[in-house]
Amino acid sequence: MVSLAATFGRGAMTNHWRDIRHADVILVNGANPAEAHPVGFRWLMRAKTDRGAKIIHADPRFTRTSAVADTHLRIRTGSDVAYFGGLINYVLGNDLHHREYVEFATNAGLVVKDSYSFDEGLFNGFDEATGAYDPTAWAYETDADGNARVDIDHPRSVLNLLRAHYSRYTPEMVERITGIPREQFLEVARLVGTTGRPDKVMTIVYAVGLTHHTTGVQLIRSGAILQLLLGNMGRPGGGMNAERGHANIQGNTDHAISWDILPGYLKVPAPGQRNLDDYVAQSASKKLRPNAVNFFGENYRRFMVSLLKTWYGDTATADNEFAFDLLPKPAANSSWISIFDQALRGRMEGLILSGMTATSIGPDSNQVLQALSKLKWLCVMDPFRTTSSEFWNAPGMNPADVRTEVFMLPATHWIEKDGSFTNSGRWAQWKEQVLPPEGESRHDHWILADLFLRVRALYEAQGGRFPDPVRRLTMDYRDPRRPELDEIAREINGRDLGTGERLTTFADLADDGTTTAGDWIYTGHYPPEGNLTKRRDGVQDPEKNDPTGMGFYPNWAWSWPVNRRVLYNRASADPSGRPWDPDRPGIVWDPATRTWTGDVPDYPPTAAPGPDAPLPFIMTGEGTGRIFSNGVADGPFPEHYEPVESPVDNPLHPGQSTTPAVYRYDERAGRPNRFGTVADYPYIATSYRLTEHEHYVTQNVEQLVRLQPEAFVEVPAELAREKGIETGDRVRVSSKRGKLEVRAVVTGRLGPLMIDGRKVYQIGIPIHWGFVGINTGQHWLANALTPFVGDASSRTPEFKAFLVNLEKM
Amino acid sequence: MEDTTRREFMGIGAAATGALGVSALGFDLGPAHTVRQRLRIEGATVSRSVCPYCAVGCSLLAYTRRTGRKTELLQIEGDPDSPVNEGTLCPKGASSLELAVSRRRVPSPLYRAPGATEFKRVSWEFTLDKLARNIKASRDRTLVTKDADGNTVNRCEGIAFAGGAAFSSEEGYLATKVMRGLGVVHLEQQARV
Repeated sequence: MVSLAATFGRGAMTNHWRDIRHADVILVNGANPAEAHPVGFRWLMRAKTDRGAKIIHADPRFTRTSAVADTHLRIRTGSDVAYFGGLINYVLGNDLHHREYVEFATNAGLVVKDSYSFDEGLFNGFDEATGAYDPTAWAYETDADGNARVDIDHPRSVLNLLRAHYSRYTPEMVERITGIPREQFLEVARLVGTTGRPDKVMTIVYAVGLTHHTTGVQLIRSGAILQLLLGNMGRPGGGMNAERGHANIQGNTDHAISWDILPGYLKVPAPGQRNLDDYVAQSASKKLRPNAVNFFGENYRRFMVSLLKTWYGDTATADNEFAFDLLPKPAANSSWISIFDQALRGRMEGLILSGMTATSIGPDSNQVLQALSKLKWLCVMDPFRTTSSEFWNAPGMNPADVRTEVFMLPATHWIEKDGSFTNSGRWAQWKEQVLPPEGESRHDHWILADLFLRVRALYEAQGGRFPDPVRRLTMDYRDPRRPELDEIAREINGRDLGTGERLTTFADLADDGTTTAGDWIYTGHYPPEGNLTKRRDGVQDPEKNDPTGMGFYPNWAWSWPVNRRVLYNRASADPSGRPWDPDRPGIVWDPATRTWTGDVPDYPPTAAPGPDAPLPFIMTGEGTGRIFSNGVADGPFPEHYEPVESPVDNPLHPGQSTTPAVYRYDERAGRPNRFGTVADYPYIATSYRLTEHEHYVTQNVEQLVRLQPEAFVEVPAELAREKGIETGDRVRVSSKRGKLEVRAVVTGRLGPLMIDGRKVYQIGIPIHWGFVGINTGQHWLANALTPFVGDASSRTPEFKAFLVNLEKM
Repeated sequence: MEDTTRREFMGIGAAATGALGVSALGFDLGPAHTVRQRLRIEGATVSRSVCPYCAVGCSLLAYTRRTGRKTELLQIEGDPDSPVNEGTLCPKGASSLELAVSRRRVPSPLYRAPGATEFKRVSWEFTLDKLARNIKASRDRTLVTKDADGNTVNRCEGIAFAGGAAFSSEEGYLATKVMRGLGVVHLEQQARV
């Protein structure tokens, strides 16, 4: 999310599942869609079978995705910046980038300030005292009006800095870092380079194998930069396609169950912002080119005021800055690992978990168990018992010593309530209630509404600390304790407070308190005529329901924003408005009607092409995709850094092996760092899912437990021979933080790699087992091994690259 | 073949004269499956749902039959109209009926007092009342109205909420709203992990 937003302006999969069939080349990195997204994978296969697309799978393991790929590159986990960086270098070195696209749709021509530097692994702007960069140090030269200087031939143009930055990523260096033999790499590079032609298009498909790293944001950004250079963004069959792993991760990210945002990706307010002016000035992107649309930045205040009116109703007035003070302003990063860090420091009293089990998720499950033990109270809302509701009784815990009060609240299943799920491709699909709630179980939102109203009643009765936000929040549902999801959907959509009518587009939102919208990117999903997420005009009649033949199916469900199916689609056409590839149009300028036709344009719908036309990426201040970006915490260009636990020093700059901006929670809190070294823990481990399980909930599903009954680890055959391990033997896998004692599966799917002259093995660890489920005795938690550290920008934990030892038991 | 989906049995039916349709017994089981299947879902109510597992967003058709006050879930299959899954499902989606009708559900609210060695069954009233008091007490103890620099911040530092990748968007929106209303800043879901 952070990465794509920093590069394109929105943090979401840019295309959608069915669209992948339009690709000529598909790079799959940090993902195993054949096993983890099997039905989504059909669209990769359709590209292959229908149009002869080539699939290149770069992965530590040879999986079922590799089995049908044209090439499997065995890559060291977490080294994808070197791979993409090598491709960027190859493309630029051989002049294979899509020159016209790059000038039209990227910030390649902008001139960077001369304070920019990169030396021995360190960018300018680093503060040793705080251990963090100041990203505002990464800026463009601007004129008196604040417009960026454009000169693509300037030595400090983004394009020339990019060239210089990646010139170090030679095929030899790629091989040293990633383990991919240079000949094999060059073969792939030649293929990737062909997609810089207008009539070719490549997509990059990725999942948590890129995000779950201390360098996760930059791993994704390096792919995004490659896609911009090749002109593959905004086009059908192109894009950066993040495959989300849970049914409604996308929807509930959009609705901001995330510490750093409010609904619709508005930034959470920060301390020191006294009013909306301060808030908008520090949060909204600034227009950097005269003809940049900067749509989000220009409308930030309208979206924020409409949200505040929704939440605080009549309390929110122009005189009180629409109740801006009532919103909480976090002191510091408050993300997932921070919750448990705060608990370990004794500062977190209570935790509510819904459908999410901290103990199993980790990282560093043993430390999470300690954190949970330090809470005053824990509330678990779930249909089943989880490793969190039972944490006090986990193997090795003594219940008598655990003072945490635990509430286990039976919640309903997805099928016992209606409401929408937004899939990875941003399609919001309504589901009906099929069954009544089982037994005493209640809906999560009824539990939360009821709790909130009880807390409010306590404040009314007893008083307490600053009750205003609790007392003033709007809860005007027919039955406030039991709101209907349909009512909430209408609240999310928003309305005109003058007419009372629901709005059809966020373009009508106002900053004077006359409109509401609970989440502006969903405005228009529930217009006066009804809930569009219920629409069902699908493949039963392709001729009628897919008028462009491009698979947009505009009347199947609803896609944010404004039912647009491919984001940034203005870049699918050349500056004159003709599609780069007439066979795969996204949108097309029709001079007769003077409108854009095809998909819903990601662009002013009647803005004619021409020299003064609005720039193509409407969500950024630059008006283009960002090759150079200050939206990340650890550098304006991605750089390869080693994981915190690595068997080698960084071949690019051994003196700065890991990213300088990584946040080591334990160290910062005065606890000892618990990172292992290669001397004690000689093998790289990576964790992953199996087709038959979904995280931890499927330990309750008999058929799936029968299919994958028992915890195991995958051990490379060559290493197994060295150790005398055979399939079925019990082995101990240990890290500096914990251990697993499980069976080994000896396999050729994992093989040795040569990393900087050193033979390195990778061990595979499926994550699905714990001490709760149908098969008891499976009490080993995979995340007992993983380190308590996360990405410099997103703080996403490092689940995918860490060091372990392996012993036969 | 008890759990033959409609799509599979239609496939078998269509291939009735081919090798697929002829069993080792030498006669065609396709029509028999068709009849069995028809009987299973005949007169059932069809509802539209979406798979609860990954984020591909496969559409489901769920068949139920109501007898008296009891609703029985008969079958879940892929929705052939969906541009995403065109009727297909993976092993998880195909077995989602078993998740829906699991007998492993938590039967009632459970409460474990500090130091207790087991949960005890409690009422919703007990649970919600006690939790609400806990939330208020933690909020009152950990609410920071002004920070050290004198900024108005109105944040509750001692309560965290995490979840939502498996519940509806509208529920998620309400969760965000009430948590921010309480002043919660530690707010997370599965997207980051």
